[in-house]
Amino acid sequence: MANKIIQVNGLKKDFHVGEITVHALKGIDLEIEEGEFVAIMGTSGSGKSTMLNILGCLDKPTGGIYQLDGISMGDMNKNALAGLRNEKLGFVFQSYNLLPRTTALENVEMPLYYNGRVRAKERRERAEAALEAVGLADRMHHMPNQMSGGQQQRVAIARSLVNDPRVILADEATGNLDTRTSYEIMSLFQDLNDQGKTIIFVTHESDIARFMKRNVVFKDGRIVKEEWVKDRFNAKQLLAELPVDQDVI
Amino acid sequence: MNYTNTLKIAINALRRNKFRAFLTMLGIIIGVASVIAMLAIGQGSKKSIQDEMSSMGTNMIFIMPGADMRGGVRQSASDMQSLELSDVDAIRERCPAVTAVSPQVSSSSQAVVGNNNWPTSVYGVDNEYLDIRKYSVETGRNFSDREVKTYAKVCLVGQTIVENLFPNGENPIGQSVRVGTIPLKIIGVLAEKGENGMGQDQDDLILAPYTTVQKRMLAITHIQSIFASAASEELNDQAIEQITETLRRTHKLKATDDDDFNVRSQAEMVQMFSSISDMMTMLLGAIAGISLLVGGIGIMNIMYVSVTERTKEIGLRLSVGGRGNDIMMQFLVESILLSVTGGLVGILLGLGASSAVSAFMNWPTVIVPMSVVFAFLVCTVIGVFFGWYPARKAASLNPIDALRYE
Ligand SMILES: Nc1ncnc2c1ncn2[C@@H]1O[C@H](COP(=O)(O)OP(=O)(O)OP(=O)(O)O)[C@@H](O)[C@H]1O
Ligand SMILES: [Mg+2]
Repeated sequence: MANKIIQVNGLKKDFHVGEITVHALKGIDLEIEEGEFVAIMGTSGSGKSTMLNILGCLDKPTGGIYQLDGISMGDMNKNALAGLRNEKLGFVFQSYNLLPRTTALENVEMPLYYNGRVRAKERRERAEAALEAVGLADRMHHMPNQMSGGQQQRVAIARSLVNDPRVILADEATGNLDTRTSYEIMSLFQDLNDQGKTIIFVTHESDIARFMKRNVVFKDGRIVKEEWVKDRFNAKQLLAELPVDQDVI
Repeated sequence: MNYTNTLKIAINALRRNKFRAFLTMLGIIIGVASVIAMLAIGQGSKKSIQDEMSSMGTNMIFIMPGADMRGGVRQSASDMQSLELSDVDAIRERCPAVTAVSPQVSSSSQAVVGNNNWPTSVYGVDNEYLDIRKYSVETGRNFSDREVKTYAKVCLVGQTIVENLFPNGENPIGQSVRVGTIPLKIIGVLAEKGENGMGQDQDDLILAPYTTVQKRMLAITHIQSIFASAASEELNDQAIEQITETLRRTHKLKATDDDDFNVRSQAEMVQMFSSISDMMTMLLGAIAGISLLVGGIGIMNIMYVSVTERTKEIGLRLSVGGRGNDIMMQFLVESILLSVTGGLVGILLGLGASSAVSAFMNWPTVIVPMSVVFAFLVCTVIGVFFGWYPARKAASLNPIDALRYE
């Protein structure tokens, strides 16, 4: 059996807003194996983003255990967590979060600056390769405001790939995009998954969830359903079938 | 992370935000420049007053009739005539600390040569007067003792007189200038002295033997003031003491009487003026201090705001694996680059402004090295601190909190 890259037990997260305590996660148990492609689904406010942020070491849980690749996150200090985010995790945000007035290439290079082992030449080459992988070879020197939403999201994906992470975490990565562009992004993720990357993808659209291998449904801070996707969508196939004038409307 | 990377990231960040970087620097530039320029102007005017005053001779002593005016007491007319020629002789004989002495009587008159005329002052003096007042003869000669004794109709003229009465460049020596109704023969021209610290033209004068001015022009026997030189600046006080004693004796004053004259030294005047200009320097310093404060607060503001505004960027850098320390270093380097560059430009601008004021407004300036160091340090320290401190705060947040920051 494959290696359990993510193991979560009794994970809790509370937010304190004034007098009120919001229990965003109320005890999550979840195991994800290397090479999986998991959708985290659920209604708005069910705790999907909170979960993903903790998995991505961007936030700390209030309670419970989170082990990444066999290492318990609770024991790690800030710098060690930063190292993990840099080397093992790639994060894709719904709002892209690119640096403004900065070329695609420089945006993608950014994580490599924080990897002491990568020298300037290699940094440039890896960033170019990542941009080529997401199909933006001809847009390397464009600024974010000179690109479409889909292109910006692809830059963000290239940025999450550039350090060759074990796990890619995406929060509503297609939330701002039209159908065709969403399918293109999904096709990219499916390719990455085929290459062996573990991907965890938050979405509230059941259509999108059908591109993944397994769906985990959250409700009110708890997992209420877990299932393997039966008729999995193939993004390339759907793209080919999409009426050509679909995005003209 | 290594230093080259930090430096590269910081430079890239500044390059991306040239305008914001420029505005931040502007605060520092203006803060530094204004302090330097203002203190330079203050110090310059102080020094020029001091220089002018001492070029008039710091060992000069002058004696005016009447009691000390400093209390604001009004003087009677007889007081104003209390100085006599005998006083001058007495000082010459009995005051060893005094090396030269000359009476002075003066009259304002119209000086006329041919079609040219010029309103000026004629001073009746003895021939030691030139030494006392630090005048020198450029061409011609000083008048002789004999000319003084015989009320000779001769005179020395200053450069301003030459320029106005001999506009075509004729040689004034040997020519006759009519002062009031009296024609005086020009026997010498004084070397140029320029303006004094109070803006008076020191070359706009005619010097004649005091006897000539007393008898022929004013028809008086008393003298209006006495000028003397102490042997050296250190002997000023001693000379003043001796003169006071001598004059009290010749004026037959009782021990209880106040002086009916007053003796002042040029050094005293220099001190008075430099304390006035000290006050001016302090005032300018205060203004400069305030502009430093305002500039500093401005720097604080823009640094703080721009770092706070970039909390999202900080969150992003944290989320891709930047460590708190890396990010703090980036902002530290950014603010050092901005502040130091701004400070250096500010120094250049301050020096430039000072020399521009000297050149175009004819206002003397002296750069105060301490002001340069101080203004630079204050501005850059404020700049660096307020660029670094908020960044340090933001970099210690959870990445997600920094990313969510609004
Ligand atoms: N920083 C925070 N402070 C306070 N409450 C928070 C914070 N972040 C999330 N929450 C609360 O936690 C709960 C879960 O939020 P979360 O963002 O995880 O929802 P979600 O499933 O991602 O929803 P959506 O689909 O709308 O993005 C919500 O009730 C939300 O109000
Ligand atoms: Mg969400």
